[in-house]
Amino acid sequence: MPIGRLGLPLLIALAFAGSRAALAAEPVVLMLKDHGFVPAEIQAPAGERFRIEVTNQDGTPAEFESSDLRAEKIIVPGGKITVIAGPLKPGTYRFFDDYHPDTAKGVLIVPERQAEK
Amino acid sequence: MLASLVIVFREVFEAGLVVGIVLAATQGVAARGAWLAGGIAAGTLGAALLALFAGAVQSAFAGNGQEAFNAAILIAAVLMLSWHQLWMARHGRQMAGEMKALGREVALGRRSLFAMALVVAVAVLREGAEVVLFLYGIAASGHEGWGALMLGGALGVLLGALVSFGLYRSLVAIPVAKLFTVTGWLIALLAAGMAGQAAAILAGADLIPAWGYQLWDTSGLLPEDSIPGRALHALVGYADRPMGVQLAAWLAVLAALVVGARQTRQAAPRPRQPSLLQRRSP
Repeated sequence: MPIGRLGLPLLIALAFAGSRAALAAEPVVLMLKDHGFVPAEIQAPAGERFRIEVTNQDGTPAEFESSDLRAEKIIVPGGKITVIAGPLKPGTYRFFDDYHPDTAKGVLIVPERQAEK
Repeated sequence: MLASLVIVFREVFEAGLVVGIVLAATQGVAARGAWLAGGIAAGTLGAALLALFAGAVQSAFAGNGQEAFNAAILIAAVLMLSWHQLWMARHGRQMAGEMKALGREVALGRRSLFAMALVVAVAVLREGAEVVLFLYGIAASGHEGWGALMLGGALGVLLGALVSFGLYRSLVAIPVAKLFTVTGWLIALLAAGMAGQAAAILAGADLIPAWGYQLWDTSGLLPEDSIPGRALHALVGYADRPMGVQLAAWLAVLAALVVGARQTRQAAPRPRQPSLLQRRSP
């Protein structure tokens, strides 16, 4: 039975047929300076996919990492990266620079959705 | 010093688990030591090169260079593991049969070794590039006590290598008759985990649909960034908040390898032993 041979291409074909969550237009902007995040606290809307832009202004490499946000990306000195996160439930999500985890850490806060009108 | 030890150990540990399994899975294949050492050396060299060109990789593919690169080498490793798995399914039967096929098997064994050396290289490359950049950062910042940090890094490499060796030794303590069944499952799970990771990386960058961004959340029970969580992540692709496409890729590769190996074993030339043939045929 060629289940293995048929199943995989079928799955791959199906993979491209799905739909994606809406992406927020405005990215959340972060900066790494003196091995700390500026700002160290950011906000993002609940239930939406959004981008986080991180610029590394230090002279050494950094790695933007967060298991809460499922992000792990290296930033060269002077470099800028974008990661996509979410959709998130209201709550607090931690992130840090894996190369300077003691000083470079921050939180992303997703506030409770306000009642409509 | 402790901080750098922990960071370096974590990366080497993850690569070391893969190396330990590959070592056990190639037990008894001639010249595997040289091939796998070559794989580690190539991975280390690649990691240094990758660190050197990190800036170029970062800006490639509209800022998705890191994701595309990581997913590509993971998929390459999945293909190599699959090749080995199917080869073992064939090889095992032939080894039990006529020994005159041995000459051909040695040539085939070389190809399987190349595949496994590539898997080792990919594992070392992925984790190694992070270690190289981290240590480079320490050296470049020239801040006080960088010698101690480097020493911590060296100890981290040593400890990680010890874990790898420990895993290998405990695997080869398994009786030979059972060893390849165990390593067969480990290789299949390793490949499935890598396929899941590749899918998660691509979906994380919105390059493929996610099919659900979080199927479940077991981060309270077993956080992926704890040492047991990391070990399971490296070994079987554990994720505390998996995406739908991640689970799908994991299941697809695991099923393909288990079913594929079974079919290959059935289709492989059998030894001329009619009684055995009759007994095993339905």
